[in-house]
Amino acid sequence: MRALRSHLLAWLVLLLCAAPLAAQSAEELHFCLHGEPKTFDPVLVDDEASENVRYLTGGVLIRLNRQTQALEPALATSWELSKDGRAITFHLRKGLYFSDGTPFTAEDVAFTMRRLLDPQTHSPTGDAFRSGEGSASVEAPTADRAVITFPAPVAGLERLFDQVAILSAHSPKKEMAVLGAYYVSDYKPGAYLVLRRNPNYWKRDSTGRPLPYIEVIRLDIQRNREIELMRFRRGELDLINRLDAEQFDHLRRENPAVTRNAGTGLDAEEFWFNQSPAAPLPDIKKEWFRTTEFRRAVSLAINREDLCRIVFLGYAKPAFGPVSPSNQFWFNPALPAPKYDPQGALRLLEQAGFRFQNGVLKDRAGNPVAFTLVTNSGNAVREKMAAMIQQDLSQIGIRMTVVTLDFPSLIERMTRTLDYDACLLGLVNTDLDPNSQMTVWLSSGENHQWNPNQKSPATPWEAEIDKLMREQASSLSEKQRKAKFDRVQQIVAEQQPFIYLVNKDVLTAVSPAVVGAAPAVLNPQAFWNAETLRLKPAPESGALR
Amino acid sequence: MSAKKLLRAFSAALLCAVFASGVCAGILTHYSYSRQFREAPSAAPSAQHPLGTDHLGRDLLARLLYGTRVSLLLAPAAALLATLIAGLFGGIAGLWGGWMEKAILAAADLSLGLPLLFVLIALRALLPLDISPVISVVATFLTLGILGWPASLRVVWAAARRYRNSDFLLLARAGGCSPSRILLRHVMPNLLPVLLAQFWISIPLFILTEATLSMLGLGVMEPLPSWGTLLKGLEDLTAVRANPWMLSPLLVLIAVVISLQLILPAREEAL
Repeated sequence: MRALRSHLLAWLVLLLCAAPLAAQSAEELHFCLHGEPKTFDPVLVDDEASENVRYLTGGVLIRLNRQTQALEPALATSWELSKDGRAITFHLRKGLYFSDGTPFTAEDVAFTMRRLLDPQTHSPTGDAFRSGEGSASVEAPTADRAVITFPAPVAGLERLFDQVAILSAHSPKKEMAVLGAYYVSDYKPGAYLVLRRNPNYWKRDSTGRPLPYIEVIRLDIQRNREIELMRFRRGELDLINRLDAEQFDHLRRENPAVTRNAGTGLDAEEFWFNQSPAAPLPDIKKEWFRTTEFRRAVSLAINREDLCRIVFLGYAKPAFGPVSPSNQFWFNPALPAPKYDPQGALRLLEQAGFRFQNGVLKDRAGNPVAFTLVTNSGNAVREKMAAMIQQDLSQIGIRMTVVTLDFPSLIERMTRTLDYDACLLGLVNTDLDPNSQMTVWLSSGENHQWNPNQKSPATPWEAEIDKLMREQASSLSEKQRKAKFDRVQQIVAEQQPFIYLVNKDVLTAVSPAVVGAAPAVLNPQAFWNAETLRLKPAPESGALR
Repeated sequence: MSAKKLLRAFSAALLCAVFASGVCAGILTHYSYSRQFREAPSAAPSAQHPLGTDHLGRDLLARLLYGTRVSLLLAPAAALLATLIAGLFGGIAGLWGGWMEKAILAAADLSLGLPLLFVLIALRALLPLDISPVISVVATFLTLGILGWPASLRVVWAAARRYRNSDFLLLARAGGCSPSRILLRHVMPNLLPVLLAQFWISIPLFILTEATLSMLGLGVMEPLPSWGTLLKGLEDLTAVRANPWMLSPLLVLIAVVISLQLILPAREEAL
């Protein structure tokens, strides 16, 4: 009896020891999604979690290399744009199969594009392809050739196909049949998602070995970033796609080997003054906010270096303008570097008729200059930034009050009532091409935040931006497009409708167990090359797996 | 002196000390609560900054002292307002009964059923943006006082009800006393211990509510400190682990809340 009991005890101990190993095998890459994927249909993707799943499972005709920012052939071996820029012809790889074994042909491309471009589908990805009046035509003249003709030229057309995961026209599994490196094998809503290696994936490494190397990717759905970090520290996760500056800094102090700073990201923090004539603000405020010298002076009085050093602990760079320097092609290097010059700010204000008396800035009529900056509550970073801007502006005599509002109230004020003086928010840039920002720059755009939905441009410089943005959107020459958007960036730097503050670094964490990780600034930062990642066997990797 | 009395005396002394330090903040520190020492963010305690600095380099001692002033002056004011409203309407409902009692209790139940947080978020959204931090903080505590009466009202109503058919009130009515005189001169003195207990209970409740509101971005506005805004810094657990002196506002809040609870029975007994 005693022997049996010891036997049982030994088995129990063995089972307990084996449990964590079974939970995470050596061939399983484990990380978190920060929300529930709303859809697995690649055409309907509209959220970050679904986008990440689409990236890992979807096969695309053209892939944007996240590191070089260059376009690379994927399911299409080559492609040609027609001279008028309206048609694109894809030459497809032959002999490929979806994850369920259905053959891949040009019919699948035609099926996907028809579905994507059908207005009834309401595809956010499809919206980017819309150009001119009329509908696009999609043809599959042969099994390995697909031709798509648009009613009008679409600028930066090829790059848009990076977001188009090809669906099978014939598979009974519909969107669950994929051409990407992985397919969804298990999904428990609110808990996890398991992706398995697609046995029919077309890509091979330089030695001819089929990709991907890792058999399984387990994605836990975890909204709480602190818990995610804690699990990474315990070795339960292999990577964290985005960390905030404080988390990254603490992790770097604990174990510098696991932290990876991919460099300055595309996202910017910015603030703007409400210049809308319909805003229920006193006329004197409207006059200040519409004065270019006032906006430029405020920009000059903000110490961006301090913001980067104190709020972002050095993991950010002062922002030049709407395009981050990490956007290699579209950034205008001729833009002046952002300066901190309170004396210069006061000189500009004096030129515009303001007076600095006894520590208070007064306008021409003797009104003390004061305004309220709103930002979203619960965002500690923005609250810190606002407090620092408050002190910076007090040095040129401007009294700024900071008010934090819950997000729905803030959006209500920004878009409907327009009842606010200035707003501090972040600009999330997921796309390199300026076409994705058309609604921000066109004066008629609803995201033209400082004065949205204008019937006709309120100022000559807004009219010029409208003209340049429309011209670049219809131009087929990348060089011409770049020249026009460079000018837009220059106008924005001169007029400061948005006062750009900082570009945050892209901060990630990767376990030493993961080999081949090379975080990039574009989404998905830490696992963009998931198909070439490898996992070291557990004993080699130390504490963090 | 018994251990209980000693503890009460100690609690009272601690409360007085904290209260006095808030009132004399300007004497105890020569730093402004808003001044940012940008070369020393998140600095450890030193001779220059005895409690260190916060993430923006602001002196934590100065912020704690001025925050104490805001929280400890306004929370009792809000508690007083809530208790007065509860006393008045609870007394009327308890004494008069009938439709008035039903109406007041229904109003109290309705208020209790309202999610206070969402009411405050909605109120903040309705307030004009260009109000000064001082007005904002006064408005916050005023709102807390106005909305914080229903729980106390039920207690006061239950106490007042006991006197509805009492002999001394029958005599007062027979003697021709007006309803207001009956309420203020005859009933209120008897309700005083209940009202005082409610007042003392409400103070820590309002301090903690303000702390919650500040953590949600409502209430006290930057750069004005309060215990709530100071506690907001504790949201970041990683930062707290690295800078444990950030816990000082939490320790003061715990000490004050416990002290307020400890001196409460003493008051009741005294009456």
